[in-house]
Amino acid sequence: MNPKLLSDVAYLTSAILFIIGLKFLSHPKRARRGNQMAAIGMLFAIVASFIFIWGGGLLQPGSNAGVLIIVGILVGGLAGTFGARRVAMTDMPQMVALLNGCGGGAAALISTVEFSNFAAGRGEGDPLAFGATLFGAVIGSLSFWGSLMAFGKLSGFMERAITSAFQKFITVVVFLALIATIVWIGMGGGITAFYALLGVSLLFSLLMVIPIGGADMPVVISLLNSCTGLAVAATGFALREPALIISGTLVGASGTLLTLLMCKAMNRSITNVLFAGVGAGPVATPGAAAAGGPAKTAREISADDLAMLLANIQTLIVIPGYGMAVAQAQHVTRELADMLTAKGVDVKYAVHPVAGRMPGHMNVLLAEANVPYEQLFDLEQINPEFERCDVALVIGANDVVNPCARYDKSSPIYGMPILDADKAKNIIVVKRSLKPGFAGIDNEIYFNPKTYMFFGDAKNAIQKLVAAVKAAD
Amino acid sequence: MTEATLILYSIYIFMLAVFVGFEVISKVPVQLHTPLMSGTNAIHGIVMLGGMLVLARAETALLTWLGFAAVVLGAMNLFGGFVVTDRMLEMFKTKKPAGRKA
Repeated sequence: MNPKLLSDVAYLTSAILFIIGLKFLSHPKRARRGNQMAAIGMLFAIVASFIFIWGGGLLQPGSNAGVLIIVGILVGGLAGTFGARRVAMTDMPQMVALLNGCGGGAAALISTVEFSNFAAGRGEGDPLAFGATLFGAVIGSLSFWGSLMAFGKLSGFMERAITSAFQKFITVVVFLALIATIVWIGMGGGITAFYALLGVSLLFSLLMVIPIGGADMPVVISLLNSCTGLAVAATGFALREPALIISGTLVGASGTLLTLLMCKAMNRSITNVLFAGVGAGPVATPGAAAAGGPAKTAREISADDLAMLLANIQTLIVIPGYGMAVAQAQHVTRELADMLTAKGVDVKYAVHPVAGRMPGHMNVLLAEANVPYEQLFDLEQINPEFERCDVALVIGANDVVNPCARYDKSSPIYGMPILDADKAKNIIVVKRSLKPGFAGIDNEIYFNPKTYMFFGDAKNAIQKLVAAVKAAD
Repeated sequence: MTEATLILYSIYIFMLAVFVGFEVISKVPVQLHTPLMSGTNAIHGIVMLGGMLVLARAETALLTWLGFAAVVLGAMNLFGGFVVTDRMLEMFKTKKPAGRKA
């Protein structure tokens, strides 16, 4: 069999495995197998490329490209695998952002090489391939720089959100410059114009991502993920490689749908996320300050008093948030829940769709702590139960229990479905301080007359509480 | 096959892949959003193959190094993506009785 046919058959196999893998990935029971199938598909594709490049005699005689390919795969593969193994579950969103940035960067680099080939008169040079090269360069750079910014924001290297009317004006100007540069290239601007395009793309992606608040980063990462998919599809058009077109487009399409689903889970529209500049306002929004009123006093409670309170309850709903995860308090929280369960308390966990930093993130974190699956309830299931619940224990969560989402139209989280913790008979909030959470908005639940604040780092606080409950026995 | 037919074929492929991509994940539950995002992220790691192609064909030193950088970045995306997704999904499988440390 000739190498070209052999590699094409292998590419076909990989495309089938990608589609089945994606299908499986969207079912809880088969998700892991789905990922493994996609990985096997990737193995087929890599083997196909080796057959195509080596068997097809693509390597220039006397060139060291073959060695560089293998070294490149080893270096990148080892770095990626090492990073992926080491990263903490809480830092998963940053990790995905970073890996996505790598993919976008690779697409932009490939487009650069292809454009240089066009400019030097090499390559086929049909209009579709030419257009795809420009598209890959712009969207690839957007993914690369945008993902790096998202990574920086989630890791806390960068200010949360910077926005101003002036900045919006600049964004429009840069967007026009982007179009002008493309026209310049179309008129034969050559490689200089192409580098200008890369520069303008960088500016544009910075201006797009800087104004978006940290709480919306998951949506941004998901969107950039589908952008990378499209950039990869574009390089597929430029290189005439159907395998890249299929896989890139699959990711582009499913990523777009996933982005819309995430927005739906947060009850936001995509335009609102991208252009509204959430979390950008002053730390205490006027609405929240007014709702808090003049009597803004929070009641504090000690571990011993809290243990006493917990000794006489029948039902407890735990509301875990990112603060719990970042303090690695999920294990000790489970310990507390187990102790109370042993005493006959009915313990449930209320998992908000966007608890943690991404939809579904909290499920991963609680699963890591071996919290029984039967104790996890989602928003619709648990909300009717708060009225009958003795204690709602809010650990490191903030925005997902903020009542202003129900009525305060000026609030950035207005309209987001929340957990009705304020309807419980008692509310305990474990938090480091009264400072607003990730979205940068005040929370009136801290000042609710039914609320007890239990200050401290989530892990230390719950450990103290566990000790106090033990002592009370 | 003519040039135009080839181009049309790639547009066919693109169009069908758009529909398949939308269809295939249409009923994903919220708890799988994060792993699914990470899984699709791994799949576009296939960009590494594009890097391999341009590197193999590169005719100048500059283009060779750009291609090499593309292969490295693509490989990070590809291998890191699958490993990180697998780690996440592994968590979901441990539904054994509590007490077994993860």
